[in-house]
Amino acid sequence: MALIPDVIFFVLIFLSVYVQVFFFVTFLENRKKIVVRNGKIKLDHYPAVTIAVPCWNEEKTIYKTVRSLLSLNYPKDKVKIFLIDDGSTDGTWNIIRKFSKYPNIKVFHKENGGKYTALNLGLEHSETNFFGGLDADSFVDSESLIRIMSCFEKDSSVMAVAPSVIVSDSRNFIQSAQKAEYYMGVYTKKMLGFLGAINVTPGPLTIFRKKVFNDLGSYRHGHNTEDMEIAYRMQKNNYKIEHCNDAYVYTTTPTTVQKLYRQRLRWIYGFINNTIDYRSVLFRKKYGNFSTFTLPTGIVSILIVSYLFGRIVYNLVDFLYSKILVLNTVGWHFIAKTSSLDLFFINTRSSIFLVLFAYSLIVFAIIFGRKMAEGKWVLSLNMFYFFLIFRIIAPFWLIKAVYNTLLKRKPSWR
Amino acid sequence: MNNNIDWKKYLIVFLITVGLFFTASYLSNYFGNKKIDQLKSIQDKIAINILSSETQFALLSESSCKNVSGSVLSGELDELGRKLEWGQENLGATDEVSYLKKYYSLLQIKDYLLMKRISASCKVKSAFILYFYTTAENCSECEKESLVLSSLRDKYPELRVYSFDYSIDLSAVKALLQIYKIKDTELPALILDDELLTSFHGIEELESRVQESFKLQETKPEANNKKNS
Repeated sequence: MALIPDVIFFVLIFLSVYVQVFFFVTFLENRKKIVVRNGKIKLDHYPAVTIAVPCWNEEKTIYKTVRSLLSLNYPKDKVKIFLIDDGSTDGTWNIIRKFSKYPNIKVFHKENGGKYTALNLGLEHSETNFFGGLDADSFVDSESLIRIMSCFEKDSSVMAVAPSVIVSDSRNFIQSAQKAEYYMGVYTKKMLGFLGAINVTPGPLTIFRKKVFNDLGSYRHGHNTEDMEIAYRMQKNNYKIEHCNDAYVYTTTPTTVQKLYRQRLRWIYGFINNTIDYRSVLFRKKYGNFSTFTLPTGIVSILIVSYLFGRIVYNLVDFLYSKILVLNTVGWHFIAKTSSLDLFFINTRSSIFLVLFAYSLIVFAIIFGRKMAEGKWVLSLNMFYFFLIFRIIAPFWLIKAVYNTLLKRKPSWR
Repeated sequence: MNNNIDWKKYLIVFLITVGLFFTASYLSNYFGNKKIDQLKSIQDKIAINILSSETQFALLSESSCKNVSGSVLSGELDELGRKLEWGQENLGATDEVSYLKKYYSLLQIKDYLLMKRISASCKVKSAFILYFYTTAENCSECEKESLVLSSLRDKYPELRVYSFDYSIDLSAVKALLQIYKIKDTELPALILDDELLTSFHGIEELESRVQESFKLQETKPEANNKKNS
């Protein structure tokens, strides 16, 4: 019977439309609170901040990263920059060493132990009330830090502020696809911020009150996603995480499908395993929307993508089988004939309309995310690349991440 | 702390989503009905065509073949067949579609009878295949046979293929099954020049049989004429 797959399909479509509508309703509720500041702002106080830059073989980008930190619009004596070489085997150390002459930069060299160990070294040496990391492949906008700090100033209950992470430049269509995805990420993160349900405090320039680490302990391995684990820990302890949409950090993205695959495998593996570690949080009222919306949404999206992938493979095999059948029965010369376009044959099943609706909300998310980042409404082809590439390859890293989890295999960082 | 869950919002979003589902199913029904209407109108058009040809043929009482021969468009019948098949797979309203399918089978039989008469008396080059298949069970040979027949039909416009679902509940089709003594274990079954061919037949074999049938027709009318004189 084809009934059971149809019921599963129906339920999964229902859930994905539900998630998109939930985001959209959140947007409608809070749209007036979304402000994009264009000019420079001033704070009443400029608290001192430590920014730790863990680097492992980042010789290509580290110079530009440090330069961007040095040009932050924030009093120089209030920004302490820690450059931490986590046992690089390339020229990273030689580059960061030269920055030690700056009074507000401290350089460290340690044996390779993983990103979280480098961040913890930074934490140990930090003497400021605010602490944040910056991935060595990312570059900060000069106004980013001051805008982030304004969120802390406005609301003393805010314990961490995440910026908008944007693709720094896209040279090929793999990167263009990610560009659209990151814009969507800006929108999603903002909405999760309104819901108090952010599940990742991204490596590029999330700033924390030092109290978070004093109370909850330092960074953990977190299945190679320490920026997710700390966010889960904060949510479990009801520490508020906010998103500052107009604080921009530009990050470099994987240039090839293989590199993208490895990065996403690590992320999804991190999501699955951190969620397993924090499963006691799931569907518990006291942990807020994080437990009833963010985590279930993540789980549902893994199910949907895996299921759709199965369906696509089934359809593809079915299609190939029918073509082979034609080939075997009537030979080559009859295949070339294509039937003319007739509107009658356009499928009008109800699921088609629902999928179209869900997609249009995703398109809205991408466009509005970009509006929050660039201040203008832009329709770009990147979206098309995004749908194309992620639709095709995302199932592979999702399924591999589930597979790795089942077999307890840990994916490598790069 | 922002850890309050707004249950009302969860409920509202749920209701909106349910609303969207209803809207989607309404739209789907609406377009489905449009399609069924389209099928009905094609069928009516064909019915009128056949009826008018029959009448014309009777009026002229076989004296003039000029106006009659091309009036029934086999292309339309084919198109309707394809659309019905698609509808059966993709539209929810199976009752309507199966009703239309019965009507379609009837039209095919009428077209077959009429065209047979026309071709016999007007020397029109043509060949007829009655094709019986089944949808009740998985019949991979039927699938293959359908492919062979549709490619033959593309190659020879003068070839008319009439396909019938074995399991259709229509007395006219049952009569055909009785006449040619077709059993459901022998599907797919073909009738070509009153000869019953059961199970799968490849394209080369059928092609040569169809060409044979064309040749027969070229000689038949002359023989008839001689007989008449």
